[in-house]
Amino acid sequence: MAANDPTGAQSAIVTPVRDAAATAARDRAAEYLVSRHRFRWAEALPWLACIAVFFLFPDRLTFGSQVLVMVLFALSLDLILGYAGIVTLGQAAFFGIGAYTVGLGAARLGWTEPVSGLFAAFFVAALAGFISGWFLLRYRGLTLLMLTLATAIMMQEAGNLGSEFSGGYDGLPGLVFDPLLGRFEYDLYGRTNYVYALVVLAVVFYFVRRIVYSPFGQALTGIRENVRRMHAIGSPVHWRLVTVYTIAAGIAGVAGALFTQTNAYVTLTVFDFENSAKVMVMLILGGTGRLYGAFLGAAVYMIMEDYFSKLSPTFWQFGIGLLLVLAVLFARRGVLGLFEQFGAYFTKEKSKGAKP
Amino acid sequence: MPQFAIIAVSILFDGLAYAMFLFITSVGLSVTMGLMGFVNLAHGAFAMAGGYIVVSLTRDLGIGFVPSLLIAAVLVGLISVVFERGLYRRLYKATDLEQVLLTIGLAFMAIATATYFYGPIPKSVPLPLWLQGDINLGFRSFPSYRAFLIVLGIALISVLWYAFERTNIGAKIRAAVDNRRMAESVGINVDLLFTLTFALGSALAALGGGLAIQLFGLSPSFAVLYLVLFLIVVAVGGLGSLKGTLLAALVIGVIDTGGKYLYAEAGGFFIYAITIVVLLIKPAGFYGRE
Repeated sequence: MAANDPTGAQSAIVTPVRDAAATAARDRAAEYLVSRHRFRWAEALPWLACIAVFFLFPDRLTFGSQVLVMVLFALSLDLILGYAGIVTLGQAAFFGIGAYTVGLGAARLGWTEPVSGLFAAFFVAALAGFISGWFLLRYRGLTLLMLTLATAIMMQEAGNLGSEFSGGYDGLPGLVFDPLLGRFEYDLYGRTNYVYALVVLAVVFYFVRRIVYSPFGQALTGIRENVRRMHAIGSPVHWRLVTVYTIAAGIAGVAGALFTQTNAYVTLTVFDFENSAKVMVMLILGGTGRLYGAFLGAAVYMIMEDYFSKLSPTFWQFGIGLLLVLAVLFARRGVLGLFEQFGAYFTKEKSKGAKP
Repeated sequence: MPQFAIIAVSILFDGLAYAMFLFITSVGLSVTMGLMGFVNLAHGAFAMAGGYIVVSLTRDLGIGFVPSLLIAAVLVGLISVVFERGLYRRLYKATDLEQVLLTIGLAFMAIATATYFYGPIPKSVPLPLWLQGDINLGFRSFPSYRAFLIVLGIALISVLWYAFERTNIGAKIRAAVDNRRMAESVGINVDLLFTLTFALGSALAALGGGLAIQLFGLSPSFAVLYLVLFLIVVAVGGLGSLKGTLLAALVIGVIDTGGKYLYAEAGGFFIYAITIVVLLIKPAGFYGRE
């Protein structure tokens, strides 16, 4: 879809207009770029669904806020994996850093104000993302996979080393946070938490949507599609990657902070390899590089996990493995990609999608 | 003998045994990744499968430990050919991400299958008498199983080194790792070569899985738990390099054992620290091509 857009847009800006065809092409490119970030009606659907859940399933809102936290986490991964094409197995590191910023703040420093906790988590995780990204993003492929994976596990081991401070694998149980904005107490059914998570998700989502449709987002897509060409046209590839990695780390930190606040506990398992793998699976099942893939993938995965793992955890694990294999073989662009294919089939329109 | 010397010898001995396990299990992964650039996260699942076959053969059929190891290696080698021809082949040209997802999906399925048939509780194997005792060297006694592991490891390294460096087929593999297209254009059947090395690598992984039971116990999570270690050995050693894999296995085996002897609370911290330092300095590993 976006294979030639960044370069198309670039050439439209720098080359002098020669003839009518070039002008028309330039207009088309500009029109396309402008139209991309326009709000579409279908985009209201997931948000309406979230609001409907609040009224339809009042007794499942605690689970609902867990889903929203994972949507946020998957969104942070979509930003770097789906848009910038950075394949990482260590996104849980930043989720964990955010979770522990809030957890340690509450348990050790008495910082129990939730909203400022989110900001603190964002900045601490973003700082960690900046430092590690600056070192790691020079590498690609297996080396990058191993480096990100090792970083996340090292955080876990470091937490275990300082277990007197961090609580080790027993974690920090029974955290107490101030009422939200000083007014809203946390109720037994998790209604406050659900609304809180939904509002945070909406704010971050708007922020991410602005990023991916900005020229900066276009440049990221360009790096994903053809990194050599982006170097050739003078794009500061490394800094762009570090920037987006930092932002995504911050968002993962916010997701982790929300996780701690809504659960009122945190343990070192947030740094697990499984956590990184799980969020990637969610994103892949939903569809990468399309924002709402994170939404759909996380929701579908969490609901299926909740249902099937009660029946039989073994069966669920087998099922998720099979789903992954089938997704790679038959639905490389996720569930949303499948929808689009069906849509294209019915409107008799050839999909213009270009696979990376 | 002074105390520190005893500790040093113990670390070297246990570290060497551990390194042999790491080498045997990882070397196949290294060569297949070097040949095809295929990220195979299901490698740990092949090792686990080998381990469970050994458990079944020794416990249910009463076959000896060493013959069971050989049977498990051959069986898993054959099964891996089916996977390679049926699934992996379709994704050689796909992105890293797709390969990661496919193979991690396979690993999940393998773990679930193993849990279904064997349960989540770690298994052990009955060892023959000559592997059960200790070898007493005066100042300290060493478990003879670990001594066996070291001897077996050295023997396998010699055989692999000879096959890799001195035979026709080894030369072809090295050529294909260096430059696949060139190797193909001079008439080397790289596809067939890859199937062969893949089968051999999986068979060695299965052997490693069988050998690991006595060291760590075998539970279904083995497939993912130790996979990270195998990947680290491969990445630190350099893709497709026998020498590199051996060096990385030695470094990681000895340092991890040393860390556990001297500073047990740190857990796996040292391994990951070493990995990051080595990869930051040499992104392609010790003997990888930049």
